[in-house]
Amino acid sequence: MMTYLARRVFYALPILLGVNVITFVLFFVVNSPDDMARLHLGSKHVTHEAVVTWKRERGYDKPLLFNAGQIGAAQITDTIFYRNTVKLFLFNFGQSDSGRDIGYDISQRMGASLAVTLPVFLLELLLTITLALVIAVLRGTYFDTWAVVLCVALMSVSSLFYIIGGQFLFGKVLRLVPISGFDGGTAAIKFIVLPVIVSVIAALGYGTRWYRTLFLEEINRDYVRTARAKGLAERRVLFQHVLRNAMIPILTGIVVILPTLFIGNLITEAFFSIPGLGSYTIEAIQSQDFAIVRAMVFLGSVLYIVGLILTDIAYTLVDPRVRLQ
Amino acid sequence: MRFPSIAALAVVCLMLLAASIAGCDKRPWNDPYADDGVVRSVFYGAFAERPKHLDPASSYSESEAQFTAQIYEPVLQYHFLKRPYQLVPLTATALPEPRYYDKNGELLPADGPAAEVTEAVYRISLQPGLRFQPHPAFARHADGRYRYHDLRPTEVAAHTTLADFKHTDTRELIAEDYVYEIKRLAHPHLQSPVAGLMGKYIKGLTALADKLRKEEADNHGFIDLRNYALEGARVIDRYTFEIRITEKYPQFRYWLAMPFFAAVPWEADRFYGQVGMKERNFTLDWFPVGSGPYMLTENNPNRRMVLERNPNFRGELYPARGAQGDTAAGLLRMAGKTMPFVDIAYYSLEKEEIPQWSKFLQGYFDVAEVLTDSFDQAIQFGVKGEAELTPAMQKKGIKLVTAVEQSTAYMGFNMTDAVVGGDSERARLLRRAIAIAVDFEEMISIFRNGRGVPAHGPIPPEIFGYRSGQSGLNNYVYEWRAGHAARRSLDEARALLREAGYPDGRDALTGQRLTLYYEAVSGLPSGKAQLNWYRKQFDKLGIQLVIRVTDYNRFQEKVREGTAQIFSYGWNADYPDPENFLFLLYGPNGKTKFGGENAANYHNEEFDRLYVSMRALPNGAERQQLIDRMIEIVRHDGPWLWGFHPMAYALNHVWYGNSKPNLMARNTLKYKTIDTALRTRLQRAWNAPRWWPLLIIASLLVLSGIPAWRSYRARQRALAR
Repeated sequence: MMTYLARRVFYALPILLGVNVITFVLFFVVNSPDDMARLHLGSKHVTHEAVVTWKRERGYDKPLLFNAGQIGAAQITDTIFYRNTVKLFLFNFGQSDSGRDIGYDISQRMGASLAVTLPVFLLELLLTITLALVIAVLRGTYFDTWAVVLCVALMSVSSLFYIIGGQFLFGKVLRLVPISGFDGGTAAIKFIVLPVIVSVIAALGYGTRWYRTLFLEEINRDYVRTARAKGLAERRVLFQHVLRNAMIPILTGIVVILPTLFIGNLITEAFFSIPGLGSYTIEAIQSQDFAIVRAMVFLGSVLYIVGLILTDIAYTLVDPRVRLQ
Repeated sequence: MRFPSIAALAVVCLMLLAASIAGCDKRPWNDPYADDGVVRSVFYGAFAERPKHLDPASSYSESEAQFTAQIYEPVLQYHFLKRPYQLVPLTATALPEPRYYDKNGELLPADGPAAEVTEAVYRISLQPGLRFQPHPAFARHADGRYRYHDLRPTEVAAHTTLADFKHTDTRELIAEDYVYEIKRLAHPHLQSPVAGLMGKYIKGLTALADKLRKEEADNHGFIDLRNYALEGARVIDRYTFEIRITEKYPQFRYWLAMPFFAAVPWEADRFYGQVGMKERNFTLDWFPVGSGPYMLTENNPNRRMVLERNPNFRGELYPARGAQGDTAAGLLRMAGKTMPFVDIAYYSLEKEEIPQWSKFLQGYFDVAEVLTDSFDQAIQFGVKGEAELTPAMQKKGIKLVTAVEQSTAYMGFNMTDAVVGGDSERARLLRRAIAIAVDFEEMISIFRNGRGVPAHGPIPPEIFGYRSGQSGLNNYVYEWRAGHAARRSLDEARALLREAGYPDGRDALTGQRLTLYYEAVSGLPSGKAQLNWYRKQFDKLGIQLVIRVTDYNRFQEKVREGTAQIFSYGWNADYPDPENFLFLLYGPNGKTKFGGENAANYHNEEFDRLYVSMRALPNGAERQQLIDRMIEIVRHDGPWLWGFHPMAYALNHVWYGNSKPNLMARNTLKYKTIDTALRTRLQRAWNAPRWWPLLIIASLLVLSGIPAWRSYRARQRALAR
């Protein structure tokens, strides 16, 4: 297993490098260092000298990928790409283009993102699996039909509607929770209640339908029929057999997103003014802060790869037939 | 499987949660604050964009000014109440009067010819006894050594926030602090946006910048600017300093009211310049040090920014006099009282308009800007077309404050373009025909809910040189009818177009339909609808308008390089002087050739000559005469469609006092008052929680579980058979 993991980590390096190259190229196709400088310096009274100084201060006065003015390895190393990329692989995110320490900012914002995404993840999982099991048990009844209709209806509504509707209903009409905002410690509870409820409801339709399909597939298998034939209670059939065997596809879906919970949710954070990493990325894109964009894409890629590796490990735990070699 | 019991459990959980949210106090459940807004005078505001810079040398945007202007003190400020805008001393003892010298060093009369002036000297005297806010940079040991000026990197690393530095102190603000800040404008690391502009005026500033650039190449830490002489700024005595500029530039006094010229103590740079400070995000950009009425005690732009009363602030008196009508409006009730009145100001991050608006209606923000989404809910128009509050707003006691902004939003023609540009009569007539056809009154009505005043020239209202009524009419586009400016008819526009050689919008020689190109920035709020509207306006004349939507960077690049044919642009006043608008049409400021702010690349020799004369004149009849002539020239040539001057609509709650709009001054928090008791009472009345719908939701959950339970039981029984 260790060999397998080492190999996966080794494979991750070219993937991360590729992600970096793509991010770099995409970013600089749209924005030249001059554009970045002008956006940061503002629109009034900006002189050419100020642009030149801004670029020099941040190392954007170098060639992008290849420095023809240098000789030997410096042709590669004395470029914007090399200087910015190597540090990332050491998890040194450096400073943003506005001068802030990115690592520090990420550490400060990660908690806020997790404060929302983690309860959403757990509640969503609990509710969707429970509801899907109930619907699967009641398959073929009116309840099943109406539940599926409701799930489709829930899936058809934009997440933005849930957010605005939730703010209107719970914050404005019922006045039960603040419409938006955030605070530290236990004071955060009253702020995260609404985004959590809204996010869970928004995801309920899709999740329930997906798990219902998984459970129905399992429920119709021979071993379930055998379990029932030997007189097992429906509860035992469901929880000991169906749920356990449905765990592999469930794990595929959930373990891979586990690390990305750190990244947060862009829309939710923006509408509820939650100072997480989702809004951090959006702000960076808007302000053309390449240093932050690059760091966040890199972090997202690393977390995604970690998620995939964790999924593989999880397989071995739920299915003894799977061995990592 | 007991589904009903799950629903019951959910109800219990919700109730427990509600109890935890409500806590033990009487505050509404949806109150987003956890502070003592009841006891102290607290202001609640919002901000949508993280301020990039809080260092006065680097900061230039509006979003930053709402913080920096309360913290830093330049020598001058704008009078809060008087109109037109007037400069008054802030930390200075009096308004500085410039002395002019010729090339031989001879003193010239104040009204002498500007061409002979080779040096203008501003001597500024400061009030004694002013003190900076408490800050660790000033803290000393008993033997006089600075406590935090020689920290090792490991010692720096032990601190996370500025509050971790246990010792703070202050010192008196002196003339050297202002001279020091002027030198900072040249510091290459700070990249002051006005360094280039001020380098043209302040003697020796550019040379100092070159010297510092070389110094910075070897020294990335603290550069003690006190050791560098600057010809254009020097200390005379402890409370007096002089600024020397290279020409007669009366507008320079306005710059002295901006944070670029605020006092910054050298100790702050010394403190923040230590190794490891920047890596811990300890910079002046993040933790400002000023002498103003407020100090930034919490800088978390991801969530909120907090300004608290500076305990060392000297106290400033509320103005005793104002403009006409101020007494009746209750704006002089606090006359002569010591400011600031607000103890603490919370600015919460609100990126989206809808939650911000809802929180304002709940009383959790004291002020709100009227934005497009909330306009219909807040504003209605009376029988005479005047804006007024809707009954719902009136019922809450909300007040509407409107003001024409000191800015101009125009549509520019690239004057270097072969079709729409140039000095030929053909191009001029074409531009004039388009100016008549593009109906900005309609545009303001449709896309801005009436929030704008059609422009007749580049100068907005309330700035010297602006003329209202018939005397301010742009006769090329409007005519005076029944006491109002009325846009000339489309027939006149078509006649002009015919005269220009484009009958019915077709080239008379080739018969081809005239096609023009408009550069637009993608992602604007009104977006496609507004672009279609532009297309229709040109189509009235038979002209085909091709819209090229591009991103902001490409748009700027096209304007910079002179490849854009028609484009929309705007300008916000730096200071209330006509020069700050007319310079947008001054030839040597052409964007393409000289990198200036004249985006249309307009050039007219007479205009340029008059501009130079006008710039150096004091406000008066002679200056007005020159401005009138300049306005006539540009109206005749028509390098811009004059567009409109935007109007700001703001809403204030009834407990928020002294809310006269002042669009030049940013340091206005100190004038504001809050009736805390009234706010608390209304907040509670407006936000009493309604929890009964939760019971309905829970009941529905239980009811929906019953058929499921019955189906389950039925199936179980069926299996048993």
